[in-house]
Amino acid sequence: MKSWMPFEWIAAIRFLREGRMQSLLIIVGVGVGVAVIVFMSALLSGLQANLVKRTLSSQAHIVLLPPEEIARPQSSAAGVALRLQKQAQRLRSIDQWQQIQARLEALPEIAAISPIASGPAFVVRGDANKAITLLGIDPVRYSGVIALPERMVAGQLRVGAGEAVIGIELAKDLGADIGDKIRVTTAGDATETFTVTGLFDLGNKGVNARNVYVSLRSAQSLLDLVGGVSSIDISLHDIDEAERLASKIAAETGLTADSWIKTNAQFVTALTSQRVSSNVIRFFIGLSVAFGIASVLVVSVIQRAREIGILRAMGASQGQMLRIFLLQGGIVGFFGSLLGSGLAWTFLMLWRLMARNPDGTPMFIIGVDPWLVAIAAGGASLVGILSALLPARRAARLDPVVAIRG
Amino acid sequence: MADPVTTTPVLQLKNIRKSYGSGETESEILHGIDLRLERGEFAALIGPSGSGKSTLLNLIGLLDRPSGGQLFIDGQETGQLDDTGLTRLRGQRIGFVFQHHHLIPAFTALENVAMPLLVARGRPDADMFAQAGRLLDQVGLAERKQNLANQLSGGQQQRVAIARALAMSPSLVLADEPTGNLDTHSADDVFALLREVNTRLNTTFLIVTHDQRLAARCDRIIEMVDGNIVADRRHQAATN
Ligand SMILES: Nc1ncnc2c1ncn2[C@@H]1O[C@H](COP(=O)(O)OP(=O)(O)OP(=O)(O)O)[C@@H](O)[C@H]1O
Ligand SMILES: [Mg+2]
Repeated sequence: MKSWMPFEWIAAIRFLREGRMQSLLIIVGVGVGVAVIVFMSALLSGLQANLVKRTLSSQAHIVLLPPEEIARPQSSAAGVALRLQKQAQRLRSIDQWQQIQARLEALPEIAAISPIASGPAFVVRGDANKAITLLGIDPVRYSGVIALPERMVAGQLRVGAGEAVIGIELAKDLGADIGDKIRVTTAGDATETFTVTGLFDLGNKGVNARNVYVSLRSAQSLLDLVGGVSSIDISLHDIDEAERLASKIAAETGLTADSWIKTNAQFVTALTSQRVSSNVIRFFIGLSVAFGIASVLVVSVIQRAREIGILRAMGASQGQMLRIFLLQGGIVGFFGSLLGSGLAWTFLMLWRLMARNPDGTPMFIIGVDPWLVAIAAGGASLVGILSALLPARRAARLDPVVAIRG
Repeated sequence: MADPVTTTPVLQLKNIRKSYGSGETESEILHGIDLRLERGEFAALIGPSGSGKSTLLNLIGLLDRPSGGQLFIDGQETGQLDDTGLTRLRGQRIGFVFQHHHLIPAFTALENVAMPLLVARGRPDADMFAQAGRLLDQVGLAERKQNLANQLSGGQQQRVAIARALAMSPSLVLADEPTGNLDTHSADDVFALLREVNTRLNTTFLIVTHDQRLAARCDRIIEMVDGNIVADRRHQAATN
């Protein structure tokens, strides 16, 4: 008997040890439940983080565009209608984008800002002719938003005068390689010839086939945007803040600010409903674990009625009896959660070995967050104590006379 | 024996009644019991099966509440006490020895004897095990201290139960057929042990027994029939 241990702990542990088989079975039961919860949580958060990362590999967290112009039907002047029509054909640029950029740089939530001049164009090489999106960028700034340097598969990210970086898909379509020349033509019949300096793979076939990066200046002159930019790409420290910050920037600048959450609304909704359904599953696993613990303890109270009676006859209070059984629930929950975390860890290691891409690299990285284990242990102990509430009250209220006579 | 008028009795019952059930099915088991036990008395409670002996013992042991009347332990009225108060008084003043031994199998003999002290103090300490050890020495089980309860014979278990009943140095030990499950030889041993404790520590005993031979070895014989005390004789106990 450990001298520091209170009577209730000693009795709870002895009772659990004496009912070895029962205790073991219920601990394994709790363990399996906890393992499924931990494994599922780790898998889901790993999967979702991976999906989000892939989605954002070729997208800015927030994109600022010129304010949308609303056609006013009541305007009678034909000249206005004409102007509107003309503007619809032309790319609009962001007014005073340098000042806006300077103001955004003061916001602590923002990690990087990249002004971009982009618009539709055609690229021609020999007989091949492709519709593309021409993007004029400052490569250093742009790299802060999209991890383009890491995604280069050939050559380098260099967009000096007359230099262009294209996607691997487009390179294939055009039969172009590093050092080859391509000719870019825009709707306004502006044309410039570029030398391909690098090939990228942003993990998205459409982007790889469409995006052509050139210097900001080249794009501005080709797209008739001299001195202007058509959008400002922003990346954040915390992607979950995107929606809030987008509204804030829109209100402050009068620009249209699209967050990735809004742009990918369906995807984000899918992620959320996936989380909700996994929470429902977790809840029901927790519930069945609780019922398991409760039913084992109810049986144990009945089996131990006589011992409870003797302890009461020796002066043990109702409170002491209550605590002895609450503790048994808590201990079962705690050890079950340790076993469960161990099992979950094993499953995850096996998963890592087995879930691989065709090229042998891990499909995605998942780890066991120590916090998840701590929460599981605390949660399972709490569930254990709560599920012991009913049996423990039964033990406390047991009539010692009946118990002793039995 | 001390003068009964001037000293506080260990136990006093005034018109104790006990009924079970309610309304139509209500039946009275004890019909107004008056009883007084002085310090150091060694009394037998006898009577036919169903006469209410165990019911009375449970009331005296504060395991149950009477339907009417007053019950005093060491002069303290118990009617007003709540469950906590009854539990505390029971733990401190009363020791139990039951027919079916009633040790806790998950604990050793020594731990069983120390259990009332552990329950009262909340945490184990060296002193309580020393005391439990001495008690086991006295009941002749010095060699069996570390045995689990169910590794002992019936007679040995009952000796452990007696040692346990004495752990808190109670004023009153209640024994409900303590020898009922034992062979004649073990029964004699256990009875002799109770008598020895009574003589040495001046502890009061109330022993329910069906054994006329053992009852005759008590100082006082209280006889119950159908929920009433019908005879109460003090006599010179038959010598062993
Ligand atoms: N919980 C109860 N509900 C109803 N009746 C009860 C209850 N407990 C005891 N009785 C009744 O009370 C009467 C006295 O029982 P008790 O156990 O006190 O007898 P006893 O003298 O100890 O008998 P024995 O010598 O067989 O042990 C019996 O008729 C019994 O049926
Ligand atoms: Mg009886």
